[in-house]
Amino acid sequence: MVLAGLSLVVLNGMGFARYMEHEGHWITGMSNQVVWGVPHLFAIFLIVTASGVLNVASMSSVFGKTEYRVWARLSGLLAVTLLLGGLLVLVLDLGRPDRLIIAMTHYNFKSVFAWNIFLYTGFLLVVSVYLWMMFEPRMNRFAKVSGTLAFTWRIVLTTGTGLIFGFLVARQAYDTALMAPLFIAMSLSWGTAFFILFLCALSRRSAGMGQRPVLERLARLTGMFTVAVLFFTMLFHLAGLYGAEHHGFEQFILVEGGRYTTLFWAGHVIAGSLVPLCLLFYPAPLSTGRLVTASSLIIAGGFAQLYVIIIGGQAYPLEMFPGKVVSSGFFDGVIASYRPSIAEVSLGAGGMAFSILVSLLAMRVLPFLPDDARPLDEPNDAR
Amino acid sequence: MNRRKMLKAGGAAFLALAPGVRLVDLAVAASKGGSTDHLVRWGMLVDATKCARGCTDCVDACNQEHGLYGKGRAETDAQYIRVVDLQDKATGKTSSLPVMCQHCETAPCVDVCPTGASFRRQDGVVLVDKHTCIGCRYCMLACPYKARSFIHENLTDQVPHTPRGKGTVESCNFCTHRVDRGGTPACVEACESKDHRALVFGDMNDPDSELSRQLKEKSTTQIRSDLNLNTGVRYHGV
Repeated sequence: MVLAGLSLVVLNGMGFARYMEHEGHWITGMSNQVVWGVPHLFAIFLIVTASGVLNVASMSSVFGKTEYRVWARLSGLLAVTLLLGGLLVLVLDLGRPDRLIIAMTHYNFKSVFAWNIFLYTGFLLVVSVYLWMMFEPRMNRFAKVSGTLAFTWRIVLTTGTGLIFGFLVARQAYDTALMAPLFIAMSLSWGTAFFILFLCALSRRSAGMGQRPVLERLARLTGMFTVAVLFFTMLFHLAGLYGAEHHGFEQFILVEGGRYTTLFWAGHVIAGSLVPLCLLFYPAPLSTGRLVTASSLIIAGGFAQLYVIIIGGQAYPLEMFPGKVVSSGFFDGVIASYRPSIAEVSLGAGGMAFSILVSLLAMRVLPFLPDDARPLDEPNDAR
Repeated sequence: MNRRKMLKAGGAAFLALAPGVRLVDLAVAASKGGSTDHLVRWGMLVDATKCARGCTDCVDACNQEHGLYGKGRAETDAQYIRVVDLQDKATGKTSSLPVMCQHCETAPCVDVCPTGASFRRQDGVVLVDKHTCIGCRYCMLACPYKARSFIHENLTDQVPHTPRGKGTVESCNFCTHRVDRGGTPACVEACESKDHRALVFGDMNDPDSELSRQLKEKSTTQIRSDLNLNTGVRYHGV
C-alpha cells in the first residue's frame, strides 16, 4: 500500500516533468527573475540531507560509537537513495534534460557546479563501496577506512553544495564562504532528523528497531546540529547588518519581505529550530511523539530556510546602481514575484518519493536492517 | 621488474602525465576556438547624457534583429537589451541607459557554466553555445547584470542568423553575425540612424578607433566596477 502510494507520487512527478519539458518552463512559477524554484529547493534538500543521513554510519565506523552499528547500513542506503532522488529532480528540471550526456562529458573545471557533478557521482561510488565493506564479513575490517573516506567525502560534498551559492559574487544574498559551514550544519541537522523519522515510520509498521536510549541520544545530537545551523544563520545576517552594502537585503529578509520574512522567523527560527530544541531538551523522558514532532519540525524548518535562501535570495533585486532608484521594463529594482506551480511541487515531491521508494525496495532485497533489531519501544534493560 | 612494480610504475606515470595531457588538450581547444584576431577586443561606450528618457530605439532594433517577439508574458519573455531608468536618491537627478551583456573579460557566467557552453571569444564577445547549454540557468544566477534570458517556451519564426532554442539561455551577442562581416550591432546602427549617437561600438584595443578616442576623452564607469570584471561596455554620465 505504501509502495503503491509512493509509486503514484513518483509517476505524478515524472508526468509533470514531461509536461514541463514539452511546454517549456513558462508553465512553472520560475521566470527570468527567479530562475531556480521549488524543484531546486527539493533537490538541494535531498542532496544536503543525503550527506547528513550518513551521520549514523559515521558515528559507528569513524567515531567508534558501536551502539550505532545496527543502523549503519540503513544510513548508507538512505545516503545513496536521497542523493539519487535529488539528482533526479535536478536533472528533470534542466531546460534540456535530454542533454544529460553533455553534462557528463563536457566539463568546465572552473565551475563549482562541475566540481559538484564529480562530488555527487563520487559520493555514490564511495558510499556503495562502504556498504559493501559493511555487508561482506570478509571486508568488515575495511569498514573504518571506507567509512572515514565517506565521511570526508560528504563534508567536501556539502561544502561544494554550499559554495554553489557562496561563489555567486553578484548577489547580495550569497557571495560568502559562510555558505559552506552553514550547509554542513544544515546537512547534519536535517540528515539526522530524517533518519529518525524514517526509523520511526519503519518501527510503526514492523516494530523492527531497538535501543531506545541510543535513538534519544541521536535526537539530542540533531538538536546540537540545529543550534549550529542557527549560529551560522545568525552570523550570516550579522555580517550583512554590519556592512551598509547588505542593509537592503537584510531589511528585506528580516523585516519587510512578506512571505520570506514570515518563513524566516516563524518557519525557520521558531517552528523549525526553537520549538524542536525545546521539545528535545525538555528535562523529561523523550516520548516518541515528541521525538517525531521535533524531527518533523526540523525538516519543515529546513524547507522554510531553503525557500528563504534560494527563492528569497533571487527575489531581492540585483543592486547594480547603489544610491539610485532603479526601474525598467525588465523588473529591475523591484522584488520579483514567484508562485510555485503544481508542476514544480509535483516534480520535487516525486524525487523525494523516489528516494523513499527505492530505499524500501532495497530493504526487501538486502538486509539493511539486521534481523536481531529490537522494537523501538523496548526498554533499554531488555537488551 | 615484477608485475606489481610494473603496474605501480605505470599508474604513477599515468598520474604524472594525465594533467599535462589535459592541459595540452585545453590549449589546442582554445586555439581552435580562436577564429578571430586575438588583438581585437570589441567594446561599447554608452553615453547616457545622450539617452532620452522613454527612447527605446536600441531595444526595438535588437528585438527586430534577433527575432525576439514577446508572448505577452513579461516575466518569461526574452530580452537582450533593456532601458533602465535611474533617479539619484540624494539629488533626484534622473537618467536612462541601456543595459545588456557587458561582455566581461572575467565573465562570471563563463566561470560558473558547468559544461563550458558559456564562453568568451578571443575578441571579447561572450556567447552561449546552444549545442552544449543544458539549461541549468546557473549563469543567470551568476550574472551581475541580469543580462541573460532563459527560453521558456517553444519558438517559431526565428531569424536565420540568431538560432534560438527552448530550454537554453541566451543574451546579447554584440550582433556577431554583423560584426564578423565588418558591421556594427543593430542597436548601435539604430541609435546612429536616429542621430542620437549615444552608442559607440569599436575595438577597445585599437588606439585609433573612435571608441578608444572617446573612452580617453570622457570619464567613464563600469556597472558593478567593484567586481573588477573589466567589462566591454562602459558608461558615461551615470
